[in-house]
Amino acid sequence: MSRRTINLIVIVILLAVAIIVDLPSTTKFLGTEPKTVLGLDLRGGMQVILQVDPNYTGEVTPEELETAKSILESRSNALGVSETTFQTSGERYIVGDLPGVTDTEDVVDIIKQTGQLEFVDTGSEYLDPGTEVKTDLDSAAQVTDPLVTTLPGTETQAQPVYHTVMTGDQLDQIAVTRDGQGVVSDIVISFTLKPEGAATFATHTTANVNNFLAIVLDKKVLSCPRINSPITEGEGIITGDFTVESANALAVQLRYGSLPIPLVVEQVRVIGPTLGQDSLNKSLVAFLIGFIIVTLFMLIYYRLPGFAAILAILSYGAITFAIFRLIPVTLTLPGIAGILLSTGSALDANILLFERMKEELRAGRTVQDALDLGWKRAWSSIRDSNIAALLTSGILYWFGNTFGASIVKGFSITLALGVFVSVFAAFFITRTVLRLLVKLIRDPEKHLGWFGI
Amino acid sequence: MINLLGKRYYFFLFSLLLIVPGMIVLAIYGLPLAVDFKGGSLLEVVFPSGKLPTTEDVVNIYTAYGFDTVTVQTAMGENNVKDILIIRSPDLTTTINGVESNPDATKNLIVTDLKTLSGDSEVYVNSFQNVGPTIASQVANRAILAIAIAMLAVVVYIAIAFRGVPHAIRYGICAIIAMIHDILIVLSLAAIGGKFFGWQVDSLFLTAMLTVIGFSVQDKIVVFDRIRENNGVLRRLPFEKLVNHSIIQTLQRSINTQLMTVEFMLLALALFGGVTLREFAVILLVGLLSGTYSSIFIAAPFLVVWENKEWKNWFGGHPAEA
Repeated sequence: MSRRTINLIVIVILLAVAIIVDLPSTTKFLGTEPKTVLGLDLRGGMQVILQVDPNYTGEVTPEELETAKSILESRSNALGVSETTFQTSGERYIVGDLPGVTDTEDVVDIIKQTGQLEFVDTGSEYLDPGTEVKTDLDSAAQVTDPLVTTLPGTETQAQPVYHTVMTGDQLDQIAVTRDGQGVVSDIVISFTLKPEGAATFATHTTANVNNFLAIVLDKKVLSCPRINSPITEGEGIITGDFTVESANALAVQLRYGSLPIPLVVEQVRVIGPTLGQDSLNKSLVAFLIGFIIVTLFMLIYYRLPGFAAILAILSYGAITFAIFRLIPVTLTLPGIAGILLSTGSALDANILLFERMKEELRAGRTVQDALDLGWKRAWSSIRDSNIAALLTSGILYWFGNTFGASIVKGFSITLALGVFVSVFAAFFITRTVLRLLVKLIRDPEKHLGWFGI
Repeated sequence: MINLLGKRYYFFLFSLLLIVPGMIVLAIYGLPLAVDFKGGSLLEVVFPSGKLPTTEDVVNIYTAYGFDTVTVQTAMGENNVKDILIIRSPDLTTTINGVESNPDATKNLIVTDLKTLSGDSEVYVNSFQNVGPTIASQVANRAILAIAIAMLAVVVYIAIAFRGVPHAIRYGICAIIAMIHDILIVLSLAAIGGKFFGWQVDSLFLTAMLTVIGFSVQDKIVVFDRIRENNGVLRRLPFEKLVNHSIIQTLQRSINTQLMTVEFMLLALALFGGVTLREFAVILLVGLLSGTYSSIFIAAPFLVVWENKEWKNWFGGHPAEA
């Protein structure tokens, strides 16, 4: 098999793969999950940039920022906001993207709230860890007798509201220890209480021996121990299905309220869903119109090579989009602009090549030679100009990544990927297709008009 | 062959005519920085009923929460009805009734007030930005830093890529001079657009600016590449002729690539893209045009100016041979 045939087969396979990945119906591909991720500006949503409180004098370690990030993430997930992402950015910033959220209703406040630990009296009822409960702590709701609401046939009634005996602010010291009393040593969190809390605890546990006292964090049951005997020394343990990591994380939450470092809202950006949809549609229309004009121009001006270029550009589009879906790259408006521009760059590579080809043809070379020589001559400028573009997008990426400027970051990613694929498309696809076309023509030298001469 | 380079001082003059007015506007009014770079808040509210509250009423709402220097703009919505209010105000982080309120909560209070005021229950927020002063000034500073680093990287890269030709570093520096020219053209445009059309310099503008720089470099390298190639082939030609020759040879490619493809795409984006992208597209359009122009009429001619050390004649001096 000649090299040309192998090239052609590689291109066809690559394109087939790219097209399969591109199809919206493809959600699984060789262990990956291709998906089109639209940025906030295209589908609406809220972006918040949180900064470590400038008044905070303590040192901020990357681990603390990371912990804060994961706490925020789990909090917002608990809110039912889907696909929320939080990312640390630089040394002092956390960027949160909350797609679909526009009527924000103090979402930020909820995210920033402290981890609310409650000791809840559930009477004789055992609650599984993870159960969501309502308490009388922050709602004016009356405590309902759990017995009444759990009568058969009445489960559809309102959720029971339990009484909060004590909250986490009465905790004095918290430590992660191993509970070695059993055969298996479990990881537990031990705590001591402030005097006031210890008194409350003593009274309650004395009066409720054999009842359950659920430990609830952010309205979710962590564990539901039974009061075996009155606890009067103001000490206790929280058991649960902990690993060392999760126990430490919870201990951090309990110790510092919620976040290991104080955060303030530095920037809020909300984009309405209609605005996003509108921008997306209009950008797509613009892209289509631009592409049709470019296609016409390439065909009229460069003829046969122009046709090869159009095929290369279409392949470039299919491959780039497939890569975006595989990574996945979040598509934003600036990202689309980046794609537009790298498309320009892809066209430039083709135009450079064709102009050189024309020069060689005018100098009287055969079409085959002109193709090879034209490529050789054009390569240095394609290489150097694209490396410069990559350098620039690298600096842009660094800038966007370090300072939470997600606009700039999105742009640089699509530009850089686009530049890579565009060079590949010109280097590989245009050339292979053009060679094939030239081979199909008998006596191409007699049809120089087909090459735009 | 057309002698483009012979008219180089006319081209320099033409660029100055474009840049100087913009620079004057810039010096007097400053750059119209958006909230991204100077901090503050931008709220875009849609009133589907079309019943917009008066500017005075809006300002009063903000004043009640303790914000002054509020500007209100109306904008055309989807149905060509003026039903959008764009409100710019200082950072909405504030204290309400003794409680620290985050910008988002303050915004919600204001929107509720706007709803009550207009009697339009369908009122919704189209977009909202609130940027604290710290991050704003940081972003602006880092932007300048990013541009400076990008430029430095380009000089170094060109010097390395052109190490085979005499005075390789000149190519890098001339590319930078032409890039500064493009930046000034874009800044000029932004200043004038800000003064007359209410444009704002925001992160998108920054993206546009960095793109202009990136493509400006790409374009210069293509022209320089031809000079590099001809340097080997046409060694006996005077430098000025050689550069002129190279420019002419790449002219067709420059015109086709920049004007026909990139500009087609961007023109489509400017004409048919959403409002958000229009300013961006116009700035890119002009910036990239300038990038191509400056490769041919600034960067390459400056190489010749440097080679001939023409600055000796600039201020009434006489040629060295006199």
